[in-house]
Amino acid sequence: MNYIEEQEYTKRFDLGLWKHLLKYAKPYTKQLILLAFIMILAGGVDVVFPLMTRYAIDNFIIPDKLEGLPLYALVYGLLVALQGFNTWALIMIAGRIEVDLVYDIRKTGFKRLQELSFSYYDKTPVGWIMARMTSDSQRLGESISWGLVDLTWGFAMMTGIVIIMFVLNWKLALISLSVIPFLAAVSLFFQSRILKGYRQVRKTNSRITGAFNEGIMGAKTTKTLVLEERNLEEFKVLTSDMRSSSIRVAVFSSIFYPIVSALGGIGTALALWYGGSGVIAQSISYGTLVAFITYTIQFFEPISQLARIFAELQSAQASAERVLSMIDTPLEIEDPPEIKAVYGDVFNPKRENWEPIKGDVTFRNVSFSYKDGETVLENFNLEVKSGETIALVGETGSGKSTIVNLICRFYEPTQGEILIDGIDYRKRSQLWLQSNLGYVLQTPHLFSGTIRDNIRYGNLSATDEDIEAAARLVNADSFIRKLEKGYDTEVGEGGSRLSTGQKQLISFARAVVANPKIFVLDEATSSIDTETEQIIQNAIQKVLEGRTSFIIAHRLSTIRSADRILVIVDGKVIEEGTHRQLIKKRGYYYRLYTNQFMEEEEARIMRRNKSY
Amino acid sequence: MKRMKILFSYMQGNRLVYIGAILCVIISAFAAMIPSLIIQFAVDSVIGGKDAQLPSFLHNLINRIGGMVFIRKNLWVLGLCLIAVYLFNFLFVFLRGKWSAKASESIAKRLRDRLFEHLQNLPYDYHVKAETGDLIQRCTSDVETIRRFLAVQLVEVGRALFMLTGALIIMLSLDVRMTLLSLIVVPLIFGFSLVFFMKVQKAFLQADEAEGRLSNTLQENLTGVRVVRAFGRQAFETEKFDSRNVEYRDLSYKLVRILAVYWAVSDSIALLQIGIVVVVGAFLAARGEITLGTLLVFFSYVNMLLWPIRQLGRILSDMGKTLVSVGRIQEILDQEEETQDPGCIMPPIAGDIVFDNVSFEYEKGRPVLKNISFEVKQGQTIAILGPTGSGKSSLIHLLQRLYDYTEGSITIGGVELKKIDKKWLRRNIGVVLQEPFLFSKTIRENIGIAKRSVTDREIYEASRIAAVHTFVEDFEQGYETPVGERGVTLSGGQKQRVAIARTLIPDTSILIFDDSLSAVDTETDAAIRKELRKRSKDVTTFIISHRIATLSEADKILVLEDGRLVQSGTHDELINQPGLYQRIWSIQSSLEQELMDNSQPAF
Repeated sequence: MNYIEEQEYTKRFDLGLWKHLLKYAKPYTKQLILLAFIMILAGGVDVVFPLMTRYAIDNFIIPDKLEGLPLYALVYGLLVALQGFNTWALIMIAGRIEVDLVYDIRKTGFKRLQELSFSYYDKTPVGWIMARMTSDSQRLGESISWGLVDLTWGFAMMTGIVIIMFVLNWKLALISLSVIPFLAAVSLFFQSRILKGYRQVRKTNSRITGAFNEGIMGAKTTKTLVLEERNLEEFKVLTSDMRSSSIRVAVFSSIFYPIVSALGGIGTALALWYGGSGVIAQSISYGTLVAFITYTIQFFEPISQLARIFAELQSAQASAERVLSMIDTPLEIEDPPEIKAVYGDVFNPKRENWEPIKGDVTFRNVSFSYKDGETVLENFNLEVKSGETIALVGETGSGKSTIVNLICRFYEPTQGEILIDGIDYRKRSQLWLQSNLGYVLQTPHLFSGTIRDNIRYGNLSATDEDIEAAARLVNADSFIRKLEKGYDTEVGEGGSRLSTGQKQLISFARAVVANPKIFVLDEATSSIDTETEQIIQNAIQKVLEGRTSFIIAHRLSTIRSADRILVIVDGKVIEEGTHRQLIKKRGYYYRLYTNQFMEEEEARIMRRNKSY
Repeated sequence: MKRMKILFSYMQGNRLVYIGAILCVIISAFAAMIPSLIIQFAVDSVIGGKDAQLPSFLHNLINRIGGMVFIRKNLWVLGLCLIAVYLFNFLFVFLRGKWSAKASESIAKRLRDRLFEHLQNLPYDYHVKAETGDLIQRCTSDVETIRRFLAVQLVEVGRALFMLTGALIIMLSLDVRMTLLSLIVVPLIFGFSLVFFMKVQKAFLQADEAEGRLSNTLQENLTGVRVVRAFGRQAFETEKFDSRNVEYRDLSYKLVRILAVYWAVSDSIALLQIGIVVVVGAFLAARGEITLGTLLVFFSYVNMLLWPIRQLGRILSDMGKTLVSVGRIQEILDQEEETQDPGCIMPPIAGDIVFDNVSFEYEKGRPVLKNISFEVKQGQTIAILGPTGSGKSSLIHLLQRLYDYTEGSITIGGVELKKIDKKWLRRNIGVVLQEPFLFSKTIRENIGIAKRSVTDREIYEASRIAAVHTFVEDFEQGYETPVGERGVTLSGGQKQRVAIARTLIPDTSILIFDDSLSAVDTETDAAIRKELRKRSKDVTTFIISHRIATLSEADKILVLEDGRLVQSGTHDELINQPGLYQRIWSIQSSLEQELMDNSQPAF
């Protein structure tokens, strides 16, 4: 799968956001302090090496003496070992912080995703969430740990260099470093332009990905409408943009980097001139001169990296914004603390306090509207006795699904209340209701794993016998046994290795092991062959026995066998009764029924024809 | 090697710029060697007063400006020389950056354009079978891998090699012993990093796979969120995700540990090498065997060389990845584009359409259409009926030459279809697919997409006929509403209506509806068909449909079964013949029977 990242880049440094991020870094305070310490140490050692060279020059080479050279070699070796250790420790700590941070963010994010209400999932494409949970959190962890390492190390080294230069010879230091103001000005000028360029490049890049996406998805349409040239023209505009903005960034960088090194060169030249004269006048040692020359080169290295680091941190900021906004999405349905205290939450349920459920469902003056103000239900009333089968019929958008979502408490009424066994369901936990609920979807969703795992999903403590009994009940047993590995057959990602009918049966079996008191079925409209349909119908009848059932019904056979049919139009029940009663009425249901009858029969004829 | 060649062929047209960039790399690599020599000269000859071994022209130059004495008094001259070298280098670093960006970006642009164009020109069949996600991956990240390799890594390799050569020459001319000593670890560190990065590929792969499993679990959870909630399995799912998360974390730790050891070891080796140069250099210098300046040159060259050499191993192992990307891209480019015989003509597309004994197969030996013959008069409406897989869609695909028939002949206005230019043909036959694709543009742009310089009036007229107007009015931004990811999500029926409007704009004389009103409700369906009939009498229309109302209005109904034309005729003729059409028609009477039964009082 490919997840197209949408990229909106915020321009300014957002302090609040970084503060917020620090919250996630808090558990790592100790490691971060240790890391900072090691970075300062590493920067320090980097600065000491030129001093070692200076010592060698002033104590061995110039006086032509060799005493103490073995000891010197030993010290040098120790410094090398120390720096080697620093590198090791640095990568270990920073790497671990990175990995742990990503782990934490994903863990928190996933937990949040398990709690977020359906309204969130309705508006948010899966790809969008995937991008946040995968690439964004990865980038966040990476840039925070390594970006900060680079910054701190560079800063520590530069500070160290300045200090030592001033200690060695403050006049020479002042002269050598006199280019810094120019450096600052040049950096400011170029960095901001390079950063802006990077942003532009990234934006165009995501548009190119989008264009490829469209070009490939829409290829068939393109062909029939002969849009090839037009699309290519539009695409070429994007790639040309990409080329010119990339080149622009490259040009800015290739001016900036040599300017920095040229400024460094001027520093070196100044050190050579003034320092060299000092050596001639014997006011400065050879070693000091060489050390200064080395420092002036070393000092400017981190600076040329700055633009890259800032660009990374900036894209980390954009990632952070996206990840945090997901994690901080407020929950629309949340059990209040007093209910959590009794019933527990989704991660730690207190099942011992749960009342048994009977299965009466009552809607009392229920209204529901979406956030954007669109009203779906108004003053809806419904009384369902335990064990009844209710068929909901109506066109797409009539409010059937909303009613079912409300029963499942995927949404809550905006007004009025829904009673389960006579008590407002908000007085109990969500999990209490949902654990007593069976739900089979229009398009059955299976998880990768074996068939057995998938059926057990309904009841984690089900034995193998329970699972097979459930499969037998819904007539899935025979086809499962015919598979090579029987119940241990892998269903493939999303159940891709099974037919829709087979998946449907497995999802029924899953609902049966759960043994729910309330059962919700969103019936599939897609046509399956007649034989499978018969099997599924039988399965449905068995599953419904002894349970309160709500069916968003499409198939006539299901509708006909319901205890009560509710015809929903614009969120209102306009007709209600048994199949016969409603047919006699010759009203809305009658029309709906005749249309559906035609379509089913047509489909049946088409299928029958296909088979010979 | 073959892939290397292919990679080289991508560079066509930009090779000169690229070579220029590499020349600049060479020059700047050599220029980077000079400052150390100046410093050596300053330390040894100017300050230290030793005799300098200089090329004679430099010697003469120094004598002319006043000899060593002058330089000794005016050290700024050497400073100026340093700055001059940096400025000289500046030019080449700049050109190298500019040219290598120009070359690599142009190569990437051409590759992207080529891929896009190629994909669009691949046969219809390719796109029917294509895996979108994988293709997009190839077009984006694989191109990026190649671009980065050309822009950064290849240039880096060049720089490292030339620096090594340049440094080697200078070092050897200064002192052979010191040279050997200075480069003692180079093969070691190079080999170490190469072997290391080859070896850790496996660890990288393992982590990648774990990440794949992690995102699969996540994706399954997100798409199955209703099931998770309905069974109250949040805690179970959280545990499952956590185990994947832990697995990935632990494999990443493993990578971190490996990398930490690698960088620590190679850092130590590099520093040790510098240490050897300093200590042994000091020893030799103290004994007067080399000068301080020479030592400084060695010292700075070793510093300069070790870093790129450590990167070299990584770059070379990355090269493997680049070549894999080249292979993946080439797989797309090697697919054959749609072709047609030369000499195709562009006649007016109008008149009667005649199918004569047409057969068609996607694969040898598996015919989809068999011996189809029928005639359509200009202006007629033809309805096609048949079970799924009977060949209805294939039949109309032939008309647009999305596939070419394998036997028989199809003529439009007397011209053999295979003689007509494909694009010309498609431009003059409007097709609405069952699941049309809308581009992420505004509704107006989508409707007007098939014609350049389309007027508002044309758009409104087409929208009125296709019943787009009725729902667009409800949108806040009306026709300017963007469609798709960043805009509104249209229902299946709305999409079909927009697609119909879009197809009407070019005003073609043949229109084909491939079950493209299936998601539109029956009343709107009827209204659209009525408007279409009013619009033009001369337009020949093909409609694939199951709806009896649609079928019955046609001038001729073709019934396909299993690739054969089993019946054809008008409504009145077909209801009196046993067959598919009659059975569909008879549903109505069985419905009446059924309703009668249900109206009986229950016993």
